[in-house]
Amino acid sequence: MPEIGNTYEVAFERPKSMYAQFDRKEDLQHTTHYCAGCGHGQVHKLLAAAIDELGIQDRTVLTSPVGCSVFAYYYFDVGNVQAAHGRAPAVATAIERSRPGATVISYQGDGDLSAIGSAEILHAANRGENITVIFVNNAIYSMTGGQMAPTTLVGQRSTTSPGGRNPATEGYPLRMSELLATLEAPVYIERVGLGDNRQIAQARRAIKRAVENTTKRLGFSMVEVLAPCPTIWKMSPVEAQRWVKDVMEKSYPLGVMRDRVKDAEPKPEPMVAPGLAEIPGLLGIEAAVPGEASRSGHRRRGKAVHLGVRVAGFGGQGVLLLGEVLAEAGLEAGLEVSWLPSYGPEMRSGTSNCHVRLASEPIDTPLVTMPEILVAMNEPSLRKFDASVKAGGWVIYNGEEFPAELMREDVHVLAREFTREAQALGDPRVANMVMLGALLELAGVVKAEAIHKALTKLVKSPKWVELDERALARGRVMAREEREQVSRGCGVMVG
Amino acid sequence: MKADRGQLRVDENECKGCGLCVEACPPHVIALSEGLNHHGYRTAKYAGEGCTGCGMCWMVCPEPGAVTVLHLVAATVQAGGVECTGN
Repeated sequence: MPEIGNTYEVAFERPKSMYAQFDRKEDLQHTTHYCAGCGHGQVHKLLAAAIDELGIQDRTVLTSPVGCSVFAYYYFDVGNVQAAHGRAPAVATAIERSRPGATVISYQGDGDLSAIGSAEILHAANRGENITVIFVNNAIYSMTGGQMAPTTLVGQRSTTSPGGRNPATEGYPLRMSELLATLEAPVYIERVGLGDNRQIAQARRAIKRAVENTTKRLGFSMVEVLAPCPTIWKMSPVEAQRWVKDVMEKSYPLGVMRDRVKDAEPKPEPMVAPGLAEIPGLLGIEAAVPGEASRSGHRRRGKAVHLGVRVAGFGGQGVLLLGEVLAEAGLEAGLEVSWLPSYGPEMRSGTSNCHVRLASEPIDTPLVTMPEILVAMNEPSLRKFDASVKAGGWVIYNGEEFPAELMREDVHVLAREFTREAQALGDPRVANMVMLGALLELAGVVKAEAIHKALTKLVKSPKWVELDERALARGRVMAREEREQVSRGCGVMVG
Repeated sequence: MKADRGQLRVDENECKGCGLCVEACPPHVIALSEGLNHHGYRTAKYAGEGCTGCGMCWMVCPEPGAVTVLHLVAATVQAGGVECTGN
């Protein structure tokens, strides 16, 4: 009877920044995927509460890791990006820098942050990126069934340390908070636990403080949370909670490792990234967006073009430049192009080759496994690629003596001492341009004007442009002579 | 009889019966149910009186919306109709 008139109002409920219904399979939409008593669930709640209290739900972007919390996007009603294993701080950096005003939070487990992602977290912290990192440490790889992590305690059993972690062979637990606190840039690093009410209340304060730092652009903040994993630790949720306090805390002392919040100056907002439409202008090109300007503006009319070229030689012969000029000229002519260099680690004298495609239609692959034209600048290259040339295609070979065993009945050959021709023009190094001239003459796809434009773009010195132009012209003449011979029936071509 | 300062509601769909709220509750007024929910968990259950509305159970609960805590805002203490307010 007495309670009839009592009025109660909701004081603590599901945080606003968490969904009421999860985008999971039908019968699981009201159940999280976490085990009963999971530390992640607790940290999710505390983080969501902090987001609510700071009123930043509509500007928060959460990057979730690989691990049990990979599905954070099922639960957080904020911007979500799921990153590759360990890369959440790198992804968070990109978001932070490209979305001014966003509050970016990187949520990571101990396998993700301290093992595979140790480089990313280290450098994000060292750069003082304006992000919050929530580091949930349960001292083991839980999602995969309980393997040893860098954070596993000395003596702790796991599937990969069945006798207990032995420091002599497996090292000591990695204390990430202490490690990162040796860096200059971080403004706030604290380790908290989920071992009892008092610890959880402290965790809540720390998480809110870290996120608040990020909203104020104070720099890198991290909260390491010692969290229970009842399932893998093979304990009841309450036992696991006690283990955090009684055992884990001994290896991972709680407390503030870094606090420079008071003295921290807000970081300047990152520069706004240019819009897509501005990019061609910034790069000094007219039409860079495929399917837009290039198709509507310069769309090539007339016959369909489909040319695959393989250029091969040794490093230093100008193999890659030859291909680049060809591709650039194709671009000038309004064609779709691709240029794919392929070379070893040597700067000189290694083998080098490139794939070039010019086409009137979009290119599906930049690889040219069966070229219409092969430019072989030396014999090993000829031997390597001769058999790949399409029937009816051309081989342009830098040498007069074409090896008899490589002769094919279905392929045209232009075999000349191009290096000698280049020497005669003034420099043996323009042999590549002589060969390109021959190629252009035989392929007949790009006009001289486009080549000139491409050349002046790629070759800075006017002296070399002039020499290259002469080399190209010489190559065209040589190819024309060859073709005339072929048409008279006395060329090398037999097919 | 004085009205409880708080009240607890448990969403049986979300609760997984981990028992952390039972452990955390300062006045010890939460227990696990005898019966099972459709997932097979014994869910948290409010004893019915004694809640102070501290919210500790809400804070330690790993499930987003399993626990809701209410605060008393206006109480009618006795049938006599004496009004008093609490928080």
